[in-house]
Amino acid sequence: MNGILDLTLVKLVEKIKNRELSSEEVTKTFIDRSQKSKKLNVYITENFDKALEEAKNFDQKPDFKKKLAGIPIAVKDLFCTKDLKTTAASKILENFIPTYESTITDNLWKEGGILLGKLNCDEFAMGSSNETSYFGNVQSPLGANLVPGGSSGGSASALAANLTPITIGTDTGGSIRQPASFTGTVGLKPTYGSCSRYGIVAFASSLDQAGPMTKDVKDCSLLFEVISSYDKKDSTSVDFKRGNYLNNLTNSIKGKKIGIPKEYRVDGMSKEIEELWQKGVNILKDAGAEVIDISLPNTSYALPAYYIVAPAEASSNLARYDGVKYGFRAKGDNLIDMYEKTRSEGFGNEVKRRIMIGTYVLSSGYYDAYYLKAQKVRRLIKNDFDDAYKKVDAILTPSTPNSAFKIGEKTNDPVSMYLNDIFTVPVNLAGIPAISIPAGHDSNGLPLGLQIIGKAFDEQNILNIAFSMEQQIKFKNKITDWWI
Amino acid sequence: MSKNKSNYLIKRNNNEYEVVIGLEVHAQVLSKSKLFSESPTKFGSEPNTQVSLVDAAFPGMLPVINEFCIKQAVKTGIGLKAKINKKSIFDRKNYFYADLPQGYQISQYKSPIVGEGSVVLDLPSGEKTVGIERLHLEQDAGKSIHDIDPQNTFVDLNRSGVALMEIVSKPDLRSLEEVNIYIKKLRSIMRYLGTCDGNMQEGSLRADVNVSVRKMGSTNLGTRCEIKNVNSIKFMQMAIDYEANRQVDIVENGGKIDQETRLFDTKKNETRSMRSKEDAHDYRYFPDPDLLPLVLTDEFINDLKKNIPELPDEKKKRFIEKFKLSSYEANILVSDIETSKYFEEVIKNTDVKLATNWITGELFALLNERNLDITESPISAINLSKLVDLIKKGTISGKIAKSVFEMMAEDDKDPQKIIEEKNLKQESDPKELEKLIDKVINENPDKVKEFKLGKEKLFGFFVGQAMKISGGKANPQLVNELLKKKLK
Repeated sequence: MNGILDLTLVKLVEKIKNRELSSEEVTKTFIDRSQKSKKLNVYITENFDKALEEAKNFDQKPDFKKKLAGIPIAVKDLFCTKDLKTTAASKILENFIPTYESTITDNLWKEGGILLGKLNCDEFAMGSSNETSYFGNVQSPLGANLVPGGSSGGSASALAANLTPITIGTDTGGSIRQPASFTGTVGLKPTYGSCSRYGIVAFASSLDQAGPMTKDVKDCSLLFEVISSYDKKDSTSVDFKRGNYLNNLTNSIKGKKIGIPKEYRVDGMSKEIEELWQKGVNILKDAGAEVIDISLPNTSYALPAYYIVAPAEASSNLARYDGVKYGFRAKGDNLIDMYEKTRSEGFGNEVKRRIMIGTYVLSSGYYDAYYLKAQKVRRLIKNDFDDAYKKVDAILTPSTPNSAFKIGEKTNDPVSMYLNDIFTVPVNLAGIPAISIPAGHDSNGLPLGLQIIGKAFDEQNILNIAFSMEQQIKFKNKITDWWI
Repeated sequence: MSKNKSNYLIKRNNNEYEVVIGLEVHAQVLSKSKLFSESPTKFGSEPNTQVSLVDAAFPGMLPVINEFCIKQAVKTGIGLKAKINKKSIFDRKNYFYADLPQGYQISQYKSPIVGEGSVVLDLPSGEKTVGIERLHLEQDAGKSIHDIDPQNTFVDLNRSGVALMEIVSKPDLRSLEEVNIYIKKLRSIMRYLGTCDGNMQEGSLRADVNVSVRKMGSTNLGTRCEIKNVNSIKFMQMAIDYEANRQVDIVENGGKIDQETRLFDTKKNETRSMRSKEDAHDYRYFPDPDLLPLVLTDEFINDLKKNIPELPDEKKKRFIEKFKLSSYEANILVSDIETSKYFEEVIKNTDVKLATNWITGELFALLNERNLDITESPISAINLSKLVDLIKKGTISGKIAKSVFEMMAEDDKDPQKIIEEKNLKQESDPKELEKLIDKVINENPDKVKEFKLGKEKLFGFFVGQAMKISGGKANPQLVNELLKKKLK
């Protein structure tokens, strides 16, 4: 073992730039470990040979000005990658090979990143445990038969198991923060409009946002800096001046006002989560921040509103998978028969469930009662945050109501599965940024995360707070390599 | 069927029925690229050669509004004297069809870009204002081709994503003639603005026709049927006539009209039920989350307003006031922007009245005969202007002018040159004409005698003879005068 696996992105880049390590060495190390880790089932598509080749090319003509110089990266299989299969973990795109590159991954490659492979996730990012994937569930490196969270479960698992130094996921209702919390890693859901959605298989357009998943806050800052860009190809992309998030990172948060929303103290919250939250409060106070009790009165409506808006958009976004143009097609006696068979066989149960909910809430006669009302709730939730931010600079909450659960534990109870998103969903509805950092362990030694929610486009601030907390928490992930 | 053209009533037994018509015109925006992608929109290209990843709805592809199409829609709205909505929203209209790659059409449902406006029709009985309900932007679908292969349907996505303006009229039309004039007026306005070429053969202009009937005197609207996608004025008229009569028959037999969508079968000349209200698609409209609401600034709208060309109504008014044309003449000249341009070019240097007659008379007859558009006129405006001027100055007679016109129609030659080459210049020299007249008098002593005894009708004979001898070149006016003197 040469220690490469334990290095953070920032350290790896430094060592490559100092020629202490070659891109090839680094890439080979992560490939070797990935190959030993098939049990985790994190890869849908491997790109190992090509990655090695690219690493060698990089070493021959290194460009050390690049922010991700020669760094191998595996990404969630929701990002379209040119000439490499992109499935969204669905049978319906089982053999789909894009002729184009998503803006986010393009940003990675432009900064010297090398594609290691495409990572498992919930089908079309619909799920909180990575159990809805057509390619099978993902194992958590934290214990056998434990879910890594979802939908970016493959990403979280691969990162925590050191199969990739960094990764990117997408977050529609918590799909970056919840798996980060479950696997003891850092995950940032950026402000809506900060990262381009171009070339990402869409789930719910008004909520989807790609973001970095890393081992620590420094890496998160650097990776966010790389992927965030204004993109004319995405009409919801926002043209603002992106910062040098890593350079500007500081642990000085003295005088920052942090809100603690009482509505997040939900019924039946475990003592462990309560204690974790309190620990966060104490740490912040120690760092000189001012902790203030606040109210986000409409919080309890967020989850139901989310489970109307997201399926509604999904039901329309997924209409294009009809067997006519690309992807899986079942034989049918006529057009309608072909549609029905293609979509019945091509989509999994969770996707079908959400398409049906979405179709229902948009249908005439129900639109006003469901979709329109959910949009109004969404406005109220945003107002809640706007009001809170008149008093505070950021908000601290737990990332999830519990630690990672067992595979199969919640598969037959979608509502209890949906409840996993209770702390993360309001952030997506409001379009604001939030970061989950590992903050402690439960009694079984499983990681627990804290979430810092910020103002729109104020990522630097929550990164700083996270950085400060991280230095005090000194979290250590307990990974035993049980699968090797 | 009707007493006069603008009074279209259907009679059954002792009842008279009024036909109420509203049109939803789909006008293709004149634009090089599509509404939400950069693909070209050229008509008649090979199938699937103008399709981007966005048009074919590949995973992760996103629509981006083409600002030019927005400008075109706003300009059209201004031309329709309509309210421009500073905020409009693109919605998704969800339905499955093989030539609809996204599984939804991006359209504007509750908040269109253009609101209420009006169009003025020139009817034989006078002017009539037809209300415009709204204008919204939407994507066209692709085309399913069923007749290439017996087993399979082929799909051509070239049209997929092309920008359409749907212009919805109020139910203000009452006759087939009004429908004809309305469509032509709409097309004329859009061609003046350069926002739609109005080419019905290429499908740039299609309409859904809403028809209902009611007993004369009733002010309530009857239940309407919508006839989908009719692509010529003639078919619209045939469809309306069939549909109105069908509805009257139902009412007369004590039946009820079902609100439904119907298709017009051009071969059988009848409308057929496509789907009833109960079977109507539930389109599950909702705002497209990939697109932000479209917000227009006053500056944007005003810039477009400033650059709106003179439109047919204003041009007509100016022609009548400035050139003393009749309303009828002005209408003919302004209805097509190219005709009006031609006219204004011709009258730059010559007499307006004479030019108007030559354009609406000889030139239109020529174009009609050869089935040509004014832009393809074999005679340029400059040369026609010269011809008119030669007549005006008395260089040639009207009769000679007609033959010169015919020669010009072959090769667009300068009429001055034709006259010189063929020696067609009018003879106006009194001495030469006197010689001519003397010849006529000397050759016809009997006729002279009769004339002098009172048979005045013979005067025409002498003129004719003089003209004949001159080969048509004698100035008829001078011949008249001289003859009168000689025969006194």
